[in-house]
Amino acid sequence: MYKRFPFLVSRCTLLVAGMILSFVAFAQNEPVAMADTMRSNGKIYVVAAVCLTILLGLFIYVFSVDRKLSRLEKNRE
Amino acid sequence: MKKSWWKILSLLLLIYTVVGGFLMDVPALPILNESIRNLYFHVCMWMAMMILFTVSFIYSIKYLMGFSYRNDIFAKNFAAVGSWLGILGYTTGFIWANYTWITDQNQSLSGILKEPKLIGAAIALLIYGAYFVLRGSFTDMDKRARVSAVYNIFAFAMLFPSIWIIPRLVGSLHPGGQGGAGGNPALNFKDIDSRLRMVFYPAVIGWTLLAVWITTLKIRIELIKDKSLLHV
Repeated sequence: MYKRFPFLVSRCTLLVAGMILSFVAFAQNEPVAMADTMRSNGKIYVVAAVCLTILLGLFIYVFSVDRKLSRLEKNRE
Repeated sequence: MKKSWWKILSLLLLIYTVVGGFLMDVPALPILNESIRNLYFHVCMWMAMMILFTVSFIYSIKYLMGFSYRNDIFAKNFAAVGSWLGILGYTTGFIWANYTWITDQNQSLSGILKEPKLIGAAIALLIYGAYFVLRGSFTDMDKRARVSAVYNIFAFAMLFPSIWIIPRLVGSLHPGGQGGAGGNPALNFKDIDSRLRMVFYPAVIGWTLLAVWITTLKIRIELIKDKSLLHV
């Protein structure tokens, strides 16, 4: 029994090492594609700027409609 | 212009949504990739729609309690802007599904069209479409307001099984279907990453406030119109 102990330990170590290795392999299996190149070039800021411009334009429009309506409401009273 | 703090808040929150939504860190997920950022836009449309339909429902009940014509105008315009948001949510969802379901998961178009979430959302939007058809078919103002208020309550009640319940009972490619964490995937704390929540909740509030603002403009136009009708 005691003679077999080192053998058992080595077997267990091998098993654990294998498990860890498989974990690492699994993690590296599929790198998820994200828009990292876009970020490294800084081009994503262009997209954000364009969307921000559209949003601001939209808000300016809604603001102006709101103002016109208020003027109309004042005239009615 | 009627100055209100919530109009400014809406602007600030939406600026944060666009800037934070594009530039902040998101979890890297297979299939979804960067398209997870659609959460700040596509899902917010549906959330805002739900809130506006709820407000419309409340005004319909208020109308039936006192028969004040003003409440009917409110109910109609909240439902109108809510439907508009629903159409936007449907369209953006279709674009999103085109890339994540058809391209990346090799689903056929006919498979996509059988998707319970799509069918349910289409039914809900058509029920609300019928609300406007119903309104247009009356010539008598009081009758129109009364019948459409009752119909609006029915439409709101149908919204829940068609959008929220039935798609969750059957298997679906859409998040929230059977096999997921259960509950609303956007609101479930176990399902949504905290990094996403940082932008998602402000985004919902921002889009809802913008929708409410547009609705108030529509209501004010209608009130002016009706006043001039009464004066003539």
